[in-house]
Amino acid sequence: MGLFTGLRQSIARVTDKLFSSEEPKRIGIYGPPNAGKTTLANRIARDWTGDAVGPESHVPHETRRARRKENVEIERDGRKVTIDIVDTPGVTTKVDYEEFLDHDMDKEDAVRRSREATEGVAEAMHWLREDVDGVIYVLDSSTDPFTQVNTMLIGIIESQDLPVLILANKTDLDDSSVQRIRNAYPQHETIPLSALEGDNMDEVYTKIAEYFG
Amino acid sequence: MPEVKNSDDGVQVDLIGGERMAGKTSMEKIRMILDGVRDGNIVILEEGLSPDEESKLIEVTMTEISPDEFSGIEIETYPRSKTSDSSLLGRLMGRESTGSKLTVIGPANQIETLHKDENLISALISHK
Repeated sequence: MGLFTGLRQSIARVTDKLFSSEEPKRIGIYGPPNAGKTTLANRIARDWTGDAVGPESHVPHETRRARRKENVEIERDGRKVTIDIVDTPGVTTKVDYEEFLDHDMDKEDAVRRSREATEGVAEAMHWLREDVDGVIYVLDSSTDPFTQVNTMLIGIIESQDLPVLILANKTDLDDSSVQRIRNAYPQHETIPLSALEGDNMDEVYTKIAEYFG
Repeated sequence: MPEVKNSDDGVQVDLIGGERMAGKTSMEKIRMILDGVRDGNIVILEEGLSPDEESKLIEVTMTEISPDEFSGIEIETYPRSKTSDSSLLGRLMGRESTGSKLTVIGPANQIETLHKDENLISALISHK
């Protein structure tokens, strides 16, 4: 690609984003399995629409297909932001049906669940390249955030020039360390929260309005 | 392709040089990687993949997972991918520098640990 062609296309992308603010922004909630993505999506949807997005569970890959909650209006400091929340399956590079056998499932159910999970992850990756306007990246602050999948995904998001808000979830747990996440991804602002308890959601909404408004 | 091959029950390591990958499309690269990994090999890429290719690698890997046959991949990269050129000018120019990086990819059911620290990737590989 020539220098000027690249420059022209990059400027076109930027101006497209600037002048398409009438439509709700599609904000993908991404992150590893069990980081609390659905709990967060439900918290946001309940706070602003009264409805939930989907069931929550401690079993990995409970969310196996992306779920969308449309036209969520968030109002902060007199400014209204309308977003479509897309709750995606936890991204991973491997899915083994045997991991579900430990959760009171027979082989048939475990195989079905793993097949649905792989389809969901593939779909989520495709959408990340084609169909989202911004990303909320949710991490479990009680676990090591510096994994290859996280690093890879955040790199992919950065390469798409998508605005990304990193949330350090599960601050209600004893092992939580928000600083560990700040250290792993210092190029991004990290907002602590407990989606389960609803702690610090005010700041989360302020940042959503700031990043995606 | 440089390779190390042991006895029948050993593990093959494919080191794929940058030049071999240079002329290939993204899907050709991904096919080469997954064909190797599905054969039980450890694939080492001298120059790694771009973020877009990494995204497609995850997507294609997911479509190929099947019970009792292939459960996915372990992947590790050194050094970690940098935010490349994150300056406004760099982004306007469409620069996409992946930096120098070396990527190790292997079958998830054979790589017991894939550990990385500042200057070392170590993998414990089990036989099938």
